[in-house]
Amino acid sequence: MRGFEFHAPSTLKEVHNLLAQHGENAKLIAGGTGLVLMMKQQLVVPDHVISLANVAELSGIASENGSLRIGALTTHRTLEMSDVALQGASLLHDTYKHVATIRIREVATVGGALTHADPAQDSPPALLALGASVKLANGKGERTVDLADFFEDYYTTVTEPDEVLTEVIVPKQSASAGAAFLKFLPRTADDYATVCVAAVLDVDASGKCQSVGIALGAAGPTPIRATDAEAVLQGQQVTPEAIREAAETVRAAVDPTADIRGSKEYKTDMSVVFTRRALEQAFANARS
Amino acid sequence: MSDTNKVAVKLTINGQTYEKEVKPNRLLVDFIRYDVGLTGTKEGCSVGVCGACTVLVDGKMVSSCLTLTPMANGTDITTIEGIAKADGELLPIQQAFIDQGGFQCGICTPGQVTAAKALLDFNSKPNEQEIKEWMMGNLCRCTGYYGIIRAIKAASGQEVEPIPGASD
Repeated sequence: MRGFEFHAPSTLKEVHNLLAQHGENAKLIAGGTGLVLMMKQQLVVPDHVISLANVAELSGIASENGSLRIGALTTHRTLEMSDVALQGASLLHDTYKHVATIRIREVATVGGALTHADPAQDSPPALLALGASVKLANGKGERTVDLADFFEDYYTTVTEPDEVLTEVIVPKQSASAGAAFLKFLPRTADDYATVCVAAVLDVDASGKCQSVGIALGAAGPTPIRATDAEAVLQGQQVTPEAIREAAETVRAAVDPTADIRGSKEYKTDMSVVFTRRALEQAFANARS
Repeated sequence: MSDTNKVAVKLTINGQTYEKEVKPNRLLVDFIRYDVGLTGTKEGCSVGVCGACTVLVDGKMVSSCLTLTPMANGTDITTIEGIAKADGELLPIQQAFIDQGGFQCGICTPGQVTAAKALLDFNSKPNEQEIKEWMMGNLCRCTGYYGIIRAIKAASGQEVEPIPGASD
């Protein structure tokens, strides 16, 4: 790993100052499980590494006004174990407990995973399906970005070199909604998904879809919100046929890359299959 | 950027405090093995998957191969050498690995025992599913998993199946 200068600020203000000074040549580090790997491979060679570990104001999970506010430094494990998160959006619990292994989840952070922007990660589809947004701050102010507009390409987001992702805001899952996160793992339980799908579905007493969120991971250069599939179901009676029709639309929305986990064609087919299964499961959970 | 800039770190390993100057890119696993000389912690995959380099940082399992030493500044670390009691008496989980044959070649064992200790600190009587979920981040290339699961069950006072093939 190439050398660099290490900074350990203890306030967000100090982080802003360091980024203003070093910006393009600096990387922020939280848990490090993503960045250190990339630095070892010299895919990322920063001159400055700024640790957020001591910035206490970036941690914590709060429930307010129909939303969960999750500090960027909150670890996967903390979120997985949080009753506040479980009650606010059970999909988060169901998703975060599937990420890698407990040892990784103990240090990998919610905000770090999003800015890392590996499209095969588990959490972005769940957050997309729930309609989450992120707060990006620099020394001059902050902006809120819909997560659907956050990812640009492989490992690339709209975050500017002087910005810090400070918070993830997740609208609470309706109490009557059903949710599902399915991770297709033909190799090992701690692997990245071949494809993964998150779905949240709210139906009224007659079985009509009141709201729906569907998103996929490992199915393209970014996590993908399946808006066409959502449109098929929105306001319609949820039937096995409607679910099949909705799932079929993701064939045109995904753009997977062939790798050891499967060919482009295989992953495309599995995207359709797992979208259907996720919707079936979310629907069953909504009715139970 | 020069490779010569160093940062001062102060951390506690197995109850002993170390104050050293390190290059920021010094990995915690290398710091523990080469700068401190505690070679019980092993490096396997170097990518956070195998668990051989597992140490406890403030009580939590961490891949020391993915941790920059300055990130551990100020923390309290336990390595395999610090698991037993100060007088050398083994913890029940260590004795159980021996009694139950919880290892074969042994290279993964420091990580396995460290992870198992963290599990029992978190959940004093884990069921088999909880053991598998917790320990799935520690790979045994000899595939000696049954012995490891038996050891954790035995250490937590649970009944275990007899060791296959063992005579009485």
